[in-house]
Formats: sequence, C-alpha cells, structure tokens
Amino acid sequence: MSDIAARSDPIEVRFRGGGFAPKSHRWVGFAVFVLLIALMEWGTRTGWISALTLPKPSDVLATFRELWDSGLLFKHLGPSLTRLVVGAALGASLGIGVGILIGLFSYVRAGLVPLVAAIFPVPKIALLPLFVIWFGIDEASKYALIAFGTFTPTVVATYGAVDNVDRSLIRMGQSFGLSWLSIVRKIVLPGAMPGILSGLRISLAIAIILLVAAEMLGAEYGIGAYILEAGSLYDLERLFAGVVILSLLGVLVSAAISLIEKRLLGWRS
Amino acid sequence: MDIRLESISHSYGDTEVLRDINLEIPTGRIVCLVGPSGCGKSTLLRFIGGLERPSTGRVLQLGEQPEGCLNPLTYVFQDFALLPWRSVRGNISLVLEDHGIRGARAREITDDVLARTKLGDFAEALPRQLSGGMKQRVAIARALAVNPAVMLMDEPLSALDSQTRELLMDDLIALWTRQPFTAVYVTHNLAEAVRLGHQIIVLSRRPGSIREAVEIDKPLGERGYADPDLESTQRYLWELMREEARAADEELLDV
Ligand SMILES: Nc1ncnc2c1ncn2[C@@H]1O[C@H](COP(=O)(O)OP(=O)(O)OP(=O)(O)O)[C@@H](O)[C@H]1O
Ligand SMILES: [Mg+2]
Repeated sequence: MSDIAARSDPIEVRFRGGGFAPKSHRWVGFAVFVLLIALMEWGTRTGWISALTLPKPSDVLATFRELWDSGLLFKHLGPSLTRLVVGAALGASLGIGVGILIGLFSYVRAGLVPLVAAIFPVPKIALLPLFVIWFGIDEASKYALIAFGTFTPTVVATYGAVDNVDRSLIRMGQSFGLSWLSIVRKIVLPGAMPGILSGLRISLAIAIILLVAAEMLGAEYGIGAYILEAGSLYDLERLFAGVVILSLLGVLVSAAISLIEKRLLGWRS
Repeated sequence: MDIRLESISHSYGDTEVLRDINLEIPTGRIVCLVGPSGCGKSTLLRFIGGLERPSTGRVLQLGEQPEGCLNPLTYVFQDFALLPWRSVRGNISLVLEDHGIRGARAREITDDVLARTKLGDFAEALPRQLSGGMKQRVAIARALAVNPAVMLMDEPLSALDSQTRELLMDDLIALWTRQPFTAVYVTHNLAEAVRLGHQIIVLSRRPGSIREAVEIDKPLGERGYADPDLESTQRYLWELMREEARAADEELLDV
C-alpha cells in the first residue's frame, strides 16, 4: 500500500453522487421552446423547410393576433374552458371519491378494481356516439366524455396513494383513540395527497386531449372545433394556432397543480 | 391504574408466539421487557394496548384512571410516528382534537408538555427539521399530552445513536422523577433496561414465556451512566439471555 502510494501520483476521488435530485431550472424549458421556434422560423424562411410541411411561426402568430382582434379567440376559448372545467371537475372529484372508497373498504376494492381495470383501456373517444345517445348532442355529452376520461386515471392514482399511506401512522392514530373519521381526514387524506396530485396532473392532460375529441361532434365554437375545421381545410396556420392554445392550456394546468403542490405539500421540503 | 395480564397465549397461524404470560404492572413503575428477537415482545405490547387480541387470556385494567386521562394506554413508537405535514404543536394537538380540546386549552397542554420535554422553542417546526432525538421527544410529549395511565414504549430509543440515547434516558428519568408514570418498556438494550426498569421481565425465545423477573431496588434518580451497582444485574441478565438469543438467532436462519 505505502509502496504504491509513494510511487504513483495521488488521484482525486471522482465525484459520482450527482443527479437524481430534481432542481428548478425554469429558463431551460423556455430556452428549448425559443430554440425550436427560431429553428422553424429560420427553416421556413430560407425554404429549407417547405411551406407545406410546417407553417411559418410568424404566420401562426399573425393568425393568433387575428383571432384575438376579432374576438373569436374568446368565443372559442369560453365554451372550451367551460367544458374542460365542468368535465374535469366532475371526473376528478368522482375519481378521488371512488379511489378513496376503494382504498378504505376491501369490499368496494374487490368490486370496483376489476371494473376500473376493464374501462381504463377503453378509448373514451370510441364511446362518443354512445354518450351522444345517452346525453344528447349538446354540452352534457361533452361533459360526460371528459369526466369519464379523467375519472379512471384519477381513481387508479387515488387508491394507489391511499394504499401507500404509512400504516404506522394509522396505527398511531388508532392507539390514541382517534375516531375513524379523524384518521381518514387527518392521516389518510393528507398522506395520500402527493399521490392524488400527481395523478391529477395526468388526468387533466387527458381531459385536454378529450376536449378536442368532445368537440368533434356538434360543436360550433371551441378550440377543438376550431382545430378540426382548420385541419379539414389543411389550413396549417390556424391548425397550429389552435394547437398552441391547447399547449398553453396544458402548461397552465400543470403550473396550477405545481402551485397547489407547493401550498399543500410544503412539508415534503 | 394497574394492568394485569392473565394467562396470555397467542399463535399466528401455526406459529406459537407467546405462551401463558402472567404479569402484573403496578402503578408508577416501569416494567422492562427484554428477550431475543422475535419472541413476541411487540406482540405482547400490542395486546396490552388493545391494538390486537390474544388467542387466549385477557388483559385487565385495575383501579381508577388518573384524573384528566384522555387515553389510558398510550404508545411511544420506535419510528416516532409523527405526521410529517403537521408542526410539532400540530402533532400534539392532533391527539387532543378528538377529545374536543382546542384553542386556548389545547395550547396550554401543548405548551406544558413541550416545556417538560424541553421542546419549547420548536413548537412550530416540522418533523423533517428535527433530529431523531428531538422527534422522539415530540412523540413522548404527545404521549404525555393525553395524560396516560400507562405508557407502552416499543424500543423507543432504538432508532437513535448512543449519545442521544443516553440523553433521552436522562430525560425519561427526570420526567419520571417529577411525576412517576407507569410504563411497559420493550428493549433489546440491557443497559437501558437496568437504567430505567424497576422490574425487568426476561422472556424466553419463541414461544415467549416469562423466564425470570428481576427487581432492581436502587431508585431511578440515583442510577447513573454505567452504574457499577447495576453492572452485576446487567451481567446476570446477559447470562440469562445469551443462550436464548443464540438459539433464537439460529432458529431464524433456518425458517
Ligand atoms: N401480524 C403478524 N402475522 C404473523 N406473524 C407475526 C405477526 N406479527 C408478528 N409475527 C411473528 O410473531 C413473532 C413475534 O413477533 P414480535 O414482533 O412480537 O417479536 P419481537 O419480540 O418484538 O421481536 P423484535 O425484538 O425483533 O422486535 C415473530 O416471529 C413474528 O414473525
Ligand atoms: Mg418488536
């Protein structure tokens, strides 16, 4: 040992403990967007990307401004947001409720888990005609589609989260003679909150996807309707303007959940 | 309030865990349970606290509960069992809320128990900000808040380093000296047992039965770190346990 130490130069221990610890680098995400858009603009301007493949970002922006100026944007956004909020709120609250019941009662679990597993993989879009028959071609069928689509992932995330609540904390509650309701309210629910919120992130993204599907049938106004109309005319600028609105909506929803997480889950550090 | 265990036996399926345990836990005394791994100490403690039922035998409470007792049989857990989303104060008020104690009265009780466990400055801290020893002091404060008749402690110091353990033992002794409490204290650590126990119950390996009950007469307050008076008792306990522990160790290997 000492022989070798004497002969060779010392080597500093290589650091290998980095990574796997998410940090907040918000500007990186922003830079990626800017870079991509700049690349598209440059490509379409120089003709390196043909006008048939991608619209010019500046043209998309112009279309967007037109939408804004004509007031059409809010005419489309209003109904879409209503559908999204009503549908997602219905689906998510039902999903959280059912998920908690599955997590708490073994009979409910035995009865509903197979059912949820059976309806989870069904593409909800395929059921749109069914919803139209059940709820009519108006708003109700759109709410139902979005609610149904958010329901299943929320249920699965919620009962998983309830299952993962530390049993020793529940034991502690029982040992202090806390009532069943107190244990659920003060131990199970807060303990399941991280899992429920990360499930909600996925469910709400699915809700936005289904919004477009819901507006395929009998919607005059709505972002989905706008995109579908543009798509059928191969009007790429308007198509992209619509897609951008959906993406922004997604970013907004995700930011809102991050905000809720920060407020509710501050204890996680 | 005394606790009496009457011929308690228990099996989990085919595994017999406890056999014919008879034990009296008198008011104001700390009874330590020691025994090899897997001999059923934690199981016995769960029976005493009513978290599980023995196959045969029963656990009796004798006499009056102390005044203002909210939860006669109260645990202190090895892993602290603090709610990470509640502050120190919130963790203590948690066990008061269900008894309708809120507001000023709850504040009074939490301030009192926090002062007794020397946590006064940390009332608003979250568990993750505390060291292991402080977490366990919070758990002890929480147990004191319900003014228990009997404290059930399952290896409360095992998750802590040895220095913190010594400090907390001193704290426990100070608490007991100020106001004697009744406790059943499960531990693997014979030094803890001779330091804190008025009586030490040695259990045999599984199925656990009472092998011997050792009394220590020296008052808690006069026992010190590595007390020479306790050394012979500790050695005697170790002699009792050594065979059992070895046999239990080998048993676990060929399960
Ligand atoms: N819920 C359970 N179901 C089946 N077997 C169990 C259960 N709980 C404990 N056991 C078994 O009963 C025996 C006694 O367990 P217990 O936890 O009471 O031992 P212990 O003396 O506390 O051990 P340790 O010193 O390791 O904490 C062990 O063999 C354990 O595997
Ligand atoms: Mg144990």
